[in-house]
Amino acid sequence: MIYDFCHPPFEAGQIGRQLAETGANSLPLIVASGFAVGTVLTFHTRSTMVMFGAGAMIPTVQAIAFFIEIGPLVAALLIAGRVGSGIGAVLANMRATEQIDGIESLSIDSFKFLVVPRVVACVLALPILTLFMDFSGLLGGYLSEYAASRISFHLYIVRAFADIAWSNFIPPTLKTAVFGFIIGTVSSFFGFTTNKGAQGVGEAATNSVVVSSLFIILADVVLIKCILFAFPENAL
Amino acid sequence: MSNDPTAAAVVFDHVSKAFGTKQVLRDVCFELTAGQALCILGRSGTGKSVTLKLLISLLKPDHGQIWVDHQEVTRMKETELSKVRRKMGFLFQDAALFDSLTLYENLALPLQRLTDKTQDEIDSIVDKVLGQVGLGSDKRKMPSELSGGMRKRAGLARALVLEPKVLLADEPSSGLDRITAAEIDELLIQQKVEHQTTVIVVTHDVHGARHVGDRFAVFDKGDLVAFGTAAEVEQSENETARKLISED
Repeated sequence: MIYDFCHPPFEAGQIGRQLAETGANSLPLIVASGFAVGTVLTFHTRSTMVMFGAGAMIPTVQAIAFFIEIGPLVAALLIAGRVGSGIGAVLANMRATEQIDGIESLSIDSFKFLVVPRVVACVLALPILTLFMDFSGLLGGYLSEYAASRISFHLYIVRAFADIAWSNFIPPTLKTAVFGFIIGTVSSFFGFTTNKGAQGVGEAATNSVVVSSLFIILADVVLIKCILFAFPENAL
Repeated sequence: MSNDPTAAAVVFDHVSKAFGTKQVLRDVCFELTAGQALCILGRSGTGKSVTLKLLISLLKPDHGQIWVDHQEVTRMKETELSKVRRKMGFLFQDAALFDSLTLYENLALPLQRLTDKTQDEIDSIVDKVLGQVGLGSDKRKMPSELSGGMRKRAGLARALVLEPKVLLADEPSSGLDRITAAEIDELLIQQKVEHQTTVIVVTHDVHGARHVGDRFAVFDKGDLVAFGTAAEVEQSENETARKLISED
């Protein structure tokens, strides 16, 4: 995979297409979901926080929750559902309709032409989509909090970022590149290797989502351990 | 078969292929000289399409050797195989056009990837080949916008765009009306006559096969039961071969 990515032809056109499909076309889903999750999270935490006299900490809790865990994980699971199923189904359909054989028959490396751009696009798009998820979550949280306490946007942002360090923000965001790699490789594997015709298309789409999601959650556990090992001050 | 497999354009030398316990081809031998057209006939599931896929190395045989344009392809590395495949064109049964690319992009892709031609040269070649198959005005269309016959012709155009020495066609006339099927047959004959291309066609259309083919191979349950000219196959001792070559 890495060898294919580093050697010409570089498939810039294919990577661009896949970035548009994976990144730009996923943006509405990510922003809407982030906004909704941010709003709901504030609904749920507010009463408890106020009960303990920690109402001023609501923006901080919201920011930490989103930047460290909710943003990366939810973004990755949403992309596993939207993009992973798409990759699995498209490649399986190409296999069933002999399009992959067609590419091979033209002396074009089908793995490099079809799989590498999809994996690269997932790796590049996930951290960016996670940023959109994080900030749309904060916006949803702010609007929810504004409705309850009329807090100003400036004060909300100041409190949100008061206890956030770069190490709370950068490693969790970058770990989503690993999630992107998982989504790209797992989905491509199921799509590329199917040989059951139309039935295989459905199976590939389903397996892509289920196995990607499972691996993302497992990888999250390992990566969080690694991040805490590298940045022990991040432990809550 | 001649003693020197490098002399012919295509040679199958004692080739066998099985999928699991199902023997699809059994000890198949034939050879074809450059510029000849071979039509492969046989009942469904007798290994005809597998023969084409073995020729272009999309599948590997279990036993035997396959020679294409004087090179043995069964044990080639991928890089060497790629060079041999550039000399071959493959028209798939359902055309296998890339459905995310326009017709123009489908044809331009191999030229952009495998040749040093400029964009103007590529445009010119694509226009010429699409014109040959009667799709000159459809190059901006997506494959999903094409009819079955147009897709077949587009698939043939893509197979021809690299000017192959060996053209493989898997049921080029299946699902087409007689007029469109005859047009496809004429394109195959034109390619054989004008460019000395070796053409191998898998077909159930005996009328079309007799029009296109110089040689005929009849498969039955994985065995090559007859091979030769139409007259030779008609005189075959095998009843299936005689029935399949008959136009009655």
